[in-house]
Amino acid sequence: MMRTKTTSRAARNKAWELIAAGLIRAVSYSIVVVIGYIVLDIVVKGLPALNWEFISTFPRKSGSEGGILPAIVGTAYLVAGAIIVAMPLGMASAVYLSEYAKQGRFTRIIRLAIITLAGVPSIVFGLFGLGLFVIFFGFGASILSGSLTLAFMILPTIIVSSEEALRAVPQALREGSLALGATRWQTVYRNVLPYALPGMFTGSILGVGRAAGETAPILFTVAAFYLPRLPNSIFDQVMALPYHLYVLATQLPEAEKVLPLQYGTALVLLLLVLVFNLAAIVLRNHFMKKVQW
Amino acid sequence: MTAQPKIKVENLDFYYGETQALFDVSIDIAEKQVTALIGPSGCGKSTFLRMFNRMNDIIAGTRHTGRVMIENMDIYDNGIDVVALRKKVGMVFQKSNPFPKSIYDNVVYGPKIHGVRGKAELDEIVERSLQDAALWDEVKDRLDENAMRLSGGQQQRLCIARALAVEPDILLMDEPASALDPKSTTRVENLIGELKRNYTIVIVTHNMQQAARVSDFTGFFYEGRLVEFDATEVIFTKPKNQQTEDYITGRFG
Repeated sequence: MMRTKTTSRAARNKAWELIAAGLIRAVSYSIVVVIGYIVLDIVVKGLPALNWEFISTFPRKSGSEGGILPAIVGTAYLVAGAIIVAMPLGMASAVYLSEYAKQGRFTRIIRLAIITLAGVPSIVFGLFGLGLFVIFFGFGASILSGSLTLAFMILPTIIVSSEEALRAVPQALREGSLALGATRWQTVYRNVLPYALPGMFTGSILGVGRAAGETAPILFTVAAFYLPRLPNSIFDQVMALPYHLYVLATQLPEAEKVLPLQYGTALVLLLLVLVFNLAAIVLRNHFMKKVQW
Repeated sequence: MTAQPKIKVENLDFYYGETQALFDVSIDIAEKQVTALIGPSGCGKSTFLRMFNRMNDIIAGTRHTGRVMIENMDIYDNGIDVVALRKKVGMVFQKSNPFPKSIYDNVVYGPKIHGVRGKAELDEIVERSLQDAALWDEVKDRLDENAMRLSGGQQQRLCIARALAVEPDILLMDEPASALDPKSTTRVENLIGELKRNYTIVIVTHNMQQAARVSDFTGFFYEGRLVEFDATEVIFTKPKNQQTEDYITGRFG
């Protein structure tokens, strides 16, 4: 009696184990399939449009002909601007939170603010940028306004990943340094930051990928519908890849005709983000090999 | 015991938040002697050791009452420069914690922080410190090598050298040999015997034989109290307290 009961339960457990494992595996694989499909679709349809002329010339006829050079340059400027602003701010906040702040109510409030910031929809950042940078500070629709808006959007990513990188540095290194009579800043500067920087950079670069791809934050703050020239200063408007893609897909009368251009633009954007992410991985691996404890 | 104790603790109570970890501890620690603190895990001996260089300061929510005096100065006075204190009171940790830098850079870390810049002077500090830590002969040809590649015993001696490089008066050792093999342990113990000529040493240890071998005085901690403190010989041959006797004879611990 007892024996049959246990064996039937064992059989049931085994069956569930197989079902659960199978389900989890199927879900994981399906992610790869979806990503693979998207990438393949873009590559296959975008590759024919991709040539030197496409990435090195200006668009013509509202973008329905010609290349996308100003959009590539615009996105590069925006991303560079965002990273220049967001990285020091984010890293400094992370150092403060991880190394200086007394953990308590105040740090909880800061953390709550960061999480909230991370959860704010990108269109809200766009409106925030419009209100603050474009109108209130009077920067107008410009690279400056767009970069600042993007910077605030990727700030939480940078703070959180930088803090993680700082926490990964063993406490023993801090204690060892303090015990030698180092001040807190000397300890952070000489014995914590050098080992956390690779991780901090990696997180920042992931933020860059996001900044490059977002449309909503730049919609009101910088992106030009059609501007076939390169910017002269940070107070100029620019075209940007994601917004250009949006324009090609929805704003032109003959959307069908420019389909190859859309896919070409998408492919360039994808490649750009891929390059950033690859750089992040290479950098991380390089530094992880060097630092060991 | 010398007339003037190097470290004098009076009625020390210590708390981690609401939890009291040390109860009314008073002790006189003699200059240029080795004082061992023994007791079972969690008895407060490491916490007590970390009072002497204010390492407990960096743990949030800790507080204490009572006095800790080094050379007649209350080191918890408002006017005390913690940086200067920690330069004077070096520490070697239980788990050796070399910095992931070269051997050379590990040793000069402290001196550089305290403003030593000259290459010749730094070279000299490195050689002297590594000599004093009985490590020089093993590493003199590979000072540029990453310290993480040294063996466990070498790493711990490097940490000792690093502490010596800032020329402390007092050396605190928190179970410095607990993670080492017997051979390395012997080396570190011999080293302690050498070092006491120039330094006042306070060592926390789990290992009673070690305390008996290396120390001149021994304090037995139990549940946050200093149960008995006397010359090591006395503690290990005719302890006055029953708990001490039970512990050193291995009846608990």
